[in-house]
Amino acid sequence: MISRPTIVAALAAAALALPIASLGQAPTTPISIGFVYVSPVGDAGWTSQHDRARKKMEAALAGKVTTHYVENVAEGPDAERVIREMAASGDKLIFTTSFGYMNPTLKVAQQFPNVKFEHATGYKTAPNMGTYNARFYEGRYLAGIVAGRMTKSNVAGYVAAFPIPEVVMGINAFTRGMRSVNPKAEVKVVWTSSWYDPGKERQAAETLVSQGADVLTHHTDSTAVVQAAEAKHVYAVAYHSDMAKYGPHAQLTAVTHVWDQYYIRVVKTVLDGTWKPDHVWGGLKEGMIEMAPFGAMVQKPVQDEMKKAEAAMIAGTLHPFDAPVKDNAGKLRLASGTLSDDALNKMDYYVEGVQGKLPSAK
Amino acid sequence: MAPFRLEARNAPSSLAKWLAPPLAAIAMVACGFVLFAVLGKDPVAALHAFFVAPVATRYGIGELLLKASPLALIATGLAIGYRANVWNIGAEGQLAVGAIAAGGVALALDASGPLVVLPLMFVAGALAGALWAAIPAWLRTRCNANEILTSLMLVYIATLLLSYMVHGPWRDPEGFNFPQSRMFAASALLPVIVEGTRLNAGTLVTLAVVAAAWLFVARTLVGFEMRVAGLAPGAAQYAGVSPAKVVWIGMLCGGACAGVAGVNEIAGPIGQLLPSVSPGYGFAAIIVAFVGRLHPAGIVVASLLMSLLYLGGEAAQVALALPSSITGLFQGTLLLFLLAADVLIHYRVRIGARTAMATP
Repeated sequence: MISRPTIVAALAAAALALPIASLGQAPTTPISIGFVYVSPVGDAGWTSQHDRARKKMEAALAGKVTTHYVENVAEGPDAERVIREMAASGDKLIFTTSFGYMNPTLKVAQQFPNVKFEHATGYKTAPNMGTYNARFYEGRYLAGIVAGRMTKSNVAGYVAAFPIPEVVMGINAFTRGMRSVNPKAEVKVVWTSSWYDPGKERQAAETLVSQGADVLTHHTDSTAVVQAAEAKHVYAVAYHSDMAKYGPHAQLTAVTHVWDQYYIRVVKTVLDGTWKPDHVWGGLKEGMIEMAPFGAMVQKPVQDEMKKAEAAMIAGTLHPFDAPVKDNAGKLRLASGTLSDDALNKMDYYVEGVQGKLPSAK
Repeated sequence: MAPFRLEARNAPSSLAKWLAPPLAAIAMVACGFVLFAVLGKDPVAALHAFFVAPVATRYGIGELLLKASPLALIATGLAIGYRANVWNIGAEGQLAVGAIAAGGVALALDASGPLVVLPLMFVAGALAGALWAAIPAWLRTRCNANEILTSLMLVYIATLLLSYMVHGPWRDPEGFNFPQSRMFAASALLPVIVEGTRLNAGTLVTLAVVAAAWLFVARTLVGFEMRVAGLAPGAAQYAGVSPAKVVWIGMLCGGACAGVAGVNEIAGPIGQLLPSVSPGYGFAAIIVAFVGRLHPAGIVVASLLMSLLYLGGEAAQVALALPSSITGLFQGTLLLFLLAADVLIHYRVRIGARTAMATP
């Protein structure tokens, strides 16, 4: 004879053992999806945007998926172990969200042909490994338009991590956006050699302000540059996340990463069995980039000007790298047409208007 | 007046010395039990994820050894210096230059056979690491500059040098301008020694170096002189041991070991040069050296423990969604308890003001 308390206890135990999401009648067992993050999730930044999207995806597909993540995983040998452990522990789909995870992801993908892998920002694929990235440069160009209208000194400061094509592309697009509305604008760059180093980022921001920059932006992972702008009473364009609460008087807008729709789409294809390895590079049109709400200091005409450019970009009539593209040594890099994706991905020069030389110029 | 004070014990109990590490481990587990329970996780499952799950498979054991290897190797080299009061804090940089030198050899010669390339990589890595450590040694013996500062500052120079090499001259021409070298050919990679794992011949190199270091410290005259110089510098000098020689040997051993660890990383699990080739092994090894009480056998045990904590931290994140900061906290408690135990072995806590021998 089973006593009542036993049943209650058994039910309670069962409820505890089940994730809340699957309490509704799921027709099949949910698939498990892993995420590997390069930094702690935190409040803002690259990883934070991925984690926000993970939660939205899990909520949108409640009952069909369960997700989990490992944060702060160093690029290199440690990543391979973490990715492998996820695959071995039954994940059917694994998102590896940093460029340095490319070779480790590929190695694990070869050992687990039945698990799907999605690697962010890389270029290697396999039958069970696709890549995805966003055209961040589109947002950079729009941010440049706002910065070009708001600057008084005609100098913008750019705190950047590493001179890889993705970062250089952003600097160049921002500069071209600025100069499209303000031909006198110049951009100064300071490299921090680190994706996340709030101390260095702040120092770099302050250096740029002392060199005359009155608009700052950054391609680093912390909120330090926006905070520095707030403290120094200059403007800022945030990156990755909307950082308005760190710089309410400084943030003009922000170029934000929005992975939600992409994650939902990919997971659906895995659920219905139509997933294929792809090389996705989506932008404003695909909703992978969004501009954050304008700060109160941005006047209506400037807002409209940016929105017009945004609409043109989505319609395909405007590209941040439409010819002519001239580098900052005066060499014509593109005489007609638009820079190809391949040329963008190999970008190793500054466009006209950026001061200085790329650190790794041969 | 502080109500508590520490009073040195005349003779620290040798039993307590050996019991301290297990006691610290027990205290850590107890602390973890409470911590995980407060977080609403099943403490037993959490501790299982931390200490059992990572080594429950052959692959897991391979990973444990793979991660312990650089820690043990670097700590062994550092301990030779630390015993003689030579404080090399810059192993992370010495590891990086070792990787640069060996990486250069690999990129230049990996078309030839492994019997040519691999030995050359190890020689180059050891020499480069030793050379990098020679700079603070020279500054110390020549200008009396503090080697803690100089060796630490050279870490930043070394990592920037590595960064320069992979952003510039050695950048993979096929790599879309990303800062990394091309992958090395198979001849420049250490062979895997256990099928189905990533455990490679580099671990054997580590074992050989640890054994050699033990022989050096325990069985040679120079090793003895180094120990004396650490325990009683005045006596050593009186006995004719040159302080400069002690500094040189201490620094060069640490540098060479770190350089070899760099070779093991790039010729092992990494297989190319990246802007960063170590997740901080050079610094973690300092902790390993002290937890291992500067003794080669202790260091091996400490490196395995440290490695297990890393793996366990990841496993706990995967299995229980524990945030990585909690893992760090949990790992930190072990060091806290170990150090606290050390203090209590050497001192006793007295309550109340000092009586007869009051401090001036």
